[in-house]
Amino acid sequence: MRVNGAEVTCEIEARLLLVHFLRDHLGLTGTHWGCDTSNCGACAVWLDGEPVKSCTVLAAMAAGHDVRTVEDLERFGELDPVQRGFMECHGLQCGFCTPGMLMTARALLDRNPSPSEQEIREAISGQVCRCTGYATIVRSVQWAAAEEAGTRVADSS
Amino acid sequence: MSRFVNNDLRPIGHGRMLRKEDPRFIRGKGRFIDDIALPGMLHLAILRAPIAHGRVLRVDISAAEAHPKVKLVVTGAMLADRGLAWMPTLSNDVQAVLATDKVRFQGQEVAFVVAEDRYAARDALELIDVEYEQLPAVVNARTALDPGVPVIRDDLAGKTDNRCFDWETGDRAATDAVFARADVVVSQDMVYPRVHPAPLETCGAVADHDPVDGTLTLWCTTQAPHAHRTLYATIAGLPEHQIRIIAPDIGGGFGNKVPIYPGYVCAIVASQLLGRPVKWTEDRSENLTSTAFARDYLMHGEIAATREGRILAIRTRVLADHGAFNGVAAPVKYPAGFFGVFTGSYDLEAAYCAMTAVYTNKAPGGVAYSCSFRVTEAVYLVERLVDCLAHELDLDPVELRLLNLLQPEQFPYRSRTGWVYDSGDYETTLREAVRLAGYDDLRREQAEKRARGELMGIGVSFFTEAVGAGPRKDMDIMGLGMADGAELRVHPTGTAVLRVSCQSQGQGHETTFAQIVAEEIGIPPADVKVVQGDTDQTPFGLGTYGSRSTPVSGAAAVLVARKVRDKARLIASAMLEVSVTDLEWTAGSFHVVGDPTMSVGIRDIAMRAHGPGDLPDGVDGGLEAQLHYNPENLTYPYGAYICVVDVDPGTAAVTVRRFVAVDDCGTRINPMIIEGQVHRGLTDGVGMALMEILAFDELGNCLGGSLMDYLLPTALEVPDWETGFTVTPSPHHPIGAKGIGESATVGSPPAVVNAVVDALRPYGLRHVDMPLTPSRVWEAIRGNAQPPC
Repeated sequence: MRVNGAEVTCEIEARLLLVHFLRDHLGLTGTHWGCDTSNCGACAVWLDGEPVKSCTVLAAMAAGHDVRTVEDLERFGELDPVQRGFMECHGLQCGFCTPGMLMTARALLDRNPSPSEQEIREAISGQVCRCTGYATIVRSVQWAAAEEAGTRVADSS
Repeated sequence: MSRFVNNDLRPIGHGRMLRKEDPRFIRGKGRFIDDIALPGMLHLAILRAPIAHGRVLRVDISAAEAHPKVKLVVTGAMLADRGLAWMPTLSNDVQAVLATDKVRFQGQEVAFVVAEDRYAARDALELIDVEYEQLPAVVNARTALDPGVPVIRDDLAGKTDNRCFDWETGDRAATDAVFARADVVVSQDMVYPRVHPAPLETCGAVADHDPVDGTLTLWCTTQAPHAHRTLYATIAGLPEHQIRIIAPDIGGGFGNKVPIYPGYVCAIVASQLLGRPVKWTEDRSENLTSTAFARDYLMHGEIAATREGRILAIRTRVLADHGAFNGVAAPVKYPAGFFGVFTGSYDLEAAYCAMTAVYTNKAPGGVAYSCSFRVTEAVYLVERLVDCLAHELDLDPVELRLLNLLQPEQFPYRSRTGWVYDSGDYETTLREAVRLAGYDDLRREQAEKRARGELMGIGVSFFTEAVGAGPRKDMDIMGLGMADGAELRVHPTGTAVLRVSCQSQGQGHETTFAQIVAEEIGIPPADVKVVQGDTDQTPFGLGTYGSRSTPVSGAAAVLVARKVRDKARLIASAMLEVSVTDLEWTAGSFHVVGDPTMSVGIRDIAMRAHGPGDLPDGVDGGLEAQLHYNPENLTYPYGAYICVVDVDPGTAAVTVRRFVAVDDCGTRINPMIIEGQVHRGLTDGVGMALMEILAFDELGNCLGGSLMDYLLPTALEVPDWETGFTVTPSPHHPIGAKGIGESATVGSPPAVVNAVVDALRPYGLRHVDMPLTPSRVWEAIRGNAQPPC
């Protein structure tokens, strides 16, 4: 599979979960393991551009596919706007759900650059945060959307 | 209207600055327990009891031991040979590390396996064959003391029933007398169901015992690393100086990570036996079924008042379900935690509580989930009772509270149960909440909707918290006084390192504590590094829970910074060649009184303290200090909450439409972080009021063992929070700050329940027990409301 743009080839057990493959075999510990039942979303990563819960994806199923994790959001020393938004709007406290939230937020903004509050809440509704009460996460995504809108205006001028 | 400003780089501390810990978390570079990997590390998994109560007849580990990847299998009998089968709890009870005689709750630890990888360890658990003789399970606290009920704790010498303890507070006779002459008495049974803190990161540990030098390093999900170190020295007989506890980044705690769990002890034993690092991490089911639950109080409350609504007294009987072992993490003199503050925010003539706590075949715990040592249950009791009284007298719940709230001139106020509230201006806070909510408009809207058959409810709660345990004359855990240390070093170039004994689980200590020091010594928060969570690197103290970090460690940080400043003043007087009495400290520098051009700041003083040349007589080199802070009292933050709900008459589903929270936590250090703490607690409150319950069937099977069954609020169940604040400083805290970490968890459940009950008023209902799920509300509407357990 390709992980964050790099080819990875490994012999693995057929039952190995993608979340454990990323964490234990590749050392990408930004993706977290929170519930085993696809309820909490701490393990959310992208599979071919779509957010998935890596605790219920077999690593073997990802063979030949593209996986993207939180470690790939910052590129060339530039933080992704969603990362900046979470810092600016206090969208995190303990930081455990944050990587999954960031990956979902990035995917949302890629397909919907100016989501409503309700659309943001629906997008992250498969993920649990025990610290923020979600309002600041919503504001963080809105901040990123506004930032990107501003950036695009600047680019086109 | 905040009087605070952004201040990241300015030489002043308090204010809304962004968090210093965020850059690592938003990059996925936090370091949580399961991120720790050491060379040669093995993985531990625990076999747990499938039944709630049964005798352990036989444990056959031979097949597991034969698994090619297994390095070690240990049973309770093997631990017993080492004297480690039982360990003390934080409440002077004992708890089995691994079961030897009986299993006493579903999910109890029975044996463990250490293997080369986590999958193999799990595989090997399947190979352990345990034979049980099943015993009847004691599940219902109401019948736990009945004759003939099996005795759960037959391990305790002479134990003949399931009584855990009896406790009372207040004046029974005086309270009975007030009740006897009161115009109005309202009583109500209410259940605060068993719930679970469910931090997103489960518990875990990595133990690394060095067989050569005898040291034990334990990375561990702990909110109290120093207390854990002392207890491991006691439990395992290790010399305390050879134990190092490191709490790395903690993925939420909420009290769930205060106790010592059997898994930590198992990891230590495994590393000792194998001479290799051993990691244990729970899965979600293990976390929900075996670690510290919260609440589980069955309460009968009574409130006495005059016909006009003047509250006279509160009387309550409580049946507390403590599970199979008394694992309550509270100061030892307070077996019911701080439930004694059930008199709330009101000026009463008398109050009395009688409590019986029982053992049942459920997991141990009780004090957790941001409960402020049971203030949560107390506030729920009184705020529901006040609403029941309002219902009975047909009074508006805001008006009834305004009639009875303590007045500013009554502080410090000694409650009828002996708690000394430090400061408050309650009416101002309640009126601010009423203003922000547009309360009168809401009532008008409700009246219109009721006329159309729509169900809209407005719920009010006013709570007083008791946090920052605590004065060591009264408060200790396992003989450890609840004081906290701080150590501050200012480097020659004027940057600083603060070492504290508390431990963040997301509260932002690296930011808040840097701000405290920055404010006191006049350097930017960016120049203060905060070290926490490593017993070899920080001074002794009891850690972070019960909203005690800012009240206790925060005070220690203030005072240690002032101690540094006092020394700096001596050096400044030499540098400016004036007497110390001619110096004043303003805006982060020492100034010569009457000559504004003559001043010197900490940076120049720090270099002088470390540089060449003589210092004033009696002044040592360097610029650092250390101290322990023993709080003279708790701090008493408070707040007024207003919740607006809509109930769908067709489905009985409750929607929280608005939530207004006005909190007073005294001096506010970082308003952004404070609001974040409030938002979290409000979400807890909605979760507990509407969704969360750890229920059990009659066999003692836990029905909430996964996040499919134990429901937590998502972004769709909570509104955009509306927060406000007032500022009434604590008179005894050095900067007037009070704790805020749990206020909203404490104050919001009654607001939500009061709102739902208010919405259901057309059905004549005065009370419905949590959780207010659609099915439970549906039954209530039809007159079939039953307690949830």
